[in-house]
Amino acid sequence: MRLILRNLGFYLLAFWASITLNFVLPRFMPGDPVSRMFAQAQGTMQPDQIAQLRKLFGLDNRPLWEQYVSYVKSVFTGDLGISITRFPTPVSDVIGSQIGWTLLLGGVALVIAAVLGNLLGIVAAWRRGGVLDSAFPPLLIFVGSFPYFWLAMGALYLFGVSLGWFPMRHAYDVGLTPGFNGEFLSNVATHLVLPALTIVLVSIGGWMLGMRNTMIATTAEDYITMAEAKGLSPSRIMFRYAARNALLPSVTNFGMALGFVIGGALLTEVVFAYPGIGYQLLMAVQGLDYPLMQGIFLTITAAVLLANFLVDLVYVRLDPRVRVR
Amino acid sequence: MTAIDIATATTPTIPARTSRRRGLLRQLIDSKKALAGLILLALFALLALLAPVLAPGDPSLINSTGSQAPSAAHWLGATAKGQDVLALTLWGARSSLFVGFTVGLVATGVAILIGLASAYFGRIVDDALTLVTNIFLLLPGLPLLIILAAFLPPGTSTVILVLVVTGWAGSARVLRAQAKSIRGKDFVAAAVVTGERPLRIMFREILPNMASVVMTTLLGCVIFGIGAQAGLEFLGLGDSSVVSWGTNLYWASNDGALMTGTWWAFVPSGLCIALVAFALALVNYAVDEITNPRLRSRRARRERRG
Repeated sequence: MRLILRNLGFYLLAFWASITLNFVLPRFMPGDPVSRMFAQAQGTMQPDQIAQLRKLFGLDNRPLWEQYVSYVKSVFTGDLGISITRFPTPVSDVIGSQIGWTLLLGGVALVIAAVLGNLLGIVAAWRRGGVLDSAFPPLLIFVGSFPYFWLAMGALYLFGVSLGWFPMRHAYDVGLTPGFNGEFLSNVATHLVLPALTIVLVSIGGWMLGMRNTMIATTAEDYITMAEAKGLSPSRIMFRYAARNALLPSVTNFGMALGFVIGGALLTEVVFAYPGIGYQLLMAVQGLDYPLMQGIFLTITAAVLLANFLVDLVYVRLDPRVRVR
Repeated sequence: MTAIDIATATTPTIPARTSRRRGLLRQLIDSKKALAGLILLALFALLALLAPVLAPGDPSLINSTGSQAPSAAHWLGATAKGQDVLALTLWGARSSLFVGFTVGLVATGVAILIGLASAYFGRIVDDALTLVTNIFLLLPGLPLLIILAAFLPPGTSTVILVLVVTGWAGSARVLRAQAKSIRGKDFVAAAVVTGERPLRIMFREILPNMASVVMTTLLGCVIFGIGAQAGLEFLGLGDSSVVSWGTNLYWASNDGALMTGTWWAFVPSGLCIALVAFALALVNYAVDEITNPRLRSRRARRERRG
């Protein structure tokens, strides 16, 4: 319990740090950001848009601490400002309408990669020197060396443009009304295959190698020898004795990997024009929509911190040693 | 902070004497994986250095009609704008490798400072530095990169700065753990008692004993630097006037290379990034295997014994 509270405090601190970073960045940016944006928008900005920006970037002549307090307050009440590219939609609405797609893509890819990678790692470590152990790791390191977005481009070109097996952009066909019917869901699934596949391909190697290495350490433990001496079946020893204990670091990695997967998903979304927040982030960058950029950063940070907290809860349940300390 | 401590199963054992460190280099060259990686790296470094000789003139010069497939005149074809892809790729190596290695070196430097200070001074310094490290480690990297790069003035130095800020934390954590275990050894206690200065103990007593860990973190940082730079530039957040592998991909995607089927515009640069990262990973893998005997294959172990 104490451990959970301590970690919760840490996550809150981390979140506070990212809010503060968000607050400080525009205020220390050289020059006047609002006039720069105004110049780049070439007169398409309305006066209330400018006023909104001035307020957000603290150019409203209030003392700094007062601005800070009101900024933190507005973040915690879910008010992230007004988007510039989609004026006058609030940033929280823009993010809310798209985060579902990112969660779907990232979640599916993360779960597939983690399950498959761990299984491969377990088998590779169990059969030291086998095909899986000697041929797979270098191959996966090689695939993992490609930038996410480049692999995505390659997959898009090969399977989308050249072969035409899979749709090339967006999460579902234009003209289809979203709903929980078979036609729509299968359409979403076919659109999901390529983006998810690229993320899985790049991230699976890390899982496999991590699992393999801990598993090798675990199989050297005395209780494995003991289990073998008792004459238990190899598969039972492999999964119930060795893998079960080697899985612990992988659980912690799961929370950490989320940040990487989200980063990868952002770029993958850009390539496939997948309507998640990553694609929105690119739109925001191109449209100099600073409030939206900051909002997306905060949302992703909050999501990653929350996921890590949940992993902590699971970990305490899984590893009794943590509870004693 | 237990739950966020990743058990690093690959933490290599410490090469205790200097003679073993010299052994590490020789073992690296003996290892097939490492040798392949080193040769690949040397090849790319050579290509980058010789870019002005191999492809003289401004690489972004338009010297043919657009979207030409690879031919005798343009070995790797031409982009939609009519630039020679081979020249762009060769010149791109310069910026990409420069940024990658600079980021790797600086980030590792920062990580060494933080890790050593944390391990040597302990107590409150350690707590504070570990807290900062963990926060940086937990904040999602790419979104952080993007907002930092979006707010700072564009340019190569911004890219480097931003990548260092987001890249040091992982290494600092690994180095701290390693330094902490060395801090507890008797020879460090002896150095403290003989009244050596903290800086000298940190850099002359502790650091040389963790050379292999520093090496793996350095390689990891370089891989991160090259990949993250490409990602950042692909999003259009780098300096799009600089020729690098990332900006090549950015322009390829902007000019619709995917939809028009001009695969030669985006394949070479991406392949180069992957090959360099792969070469670094190979060396890294080999260092891991050499310093962590458990990971060595059974065959190699038997040979060693026999």
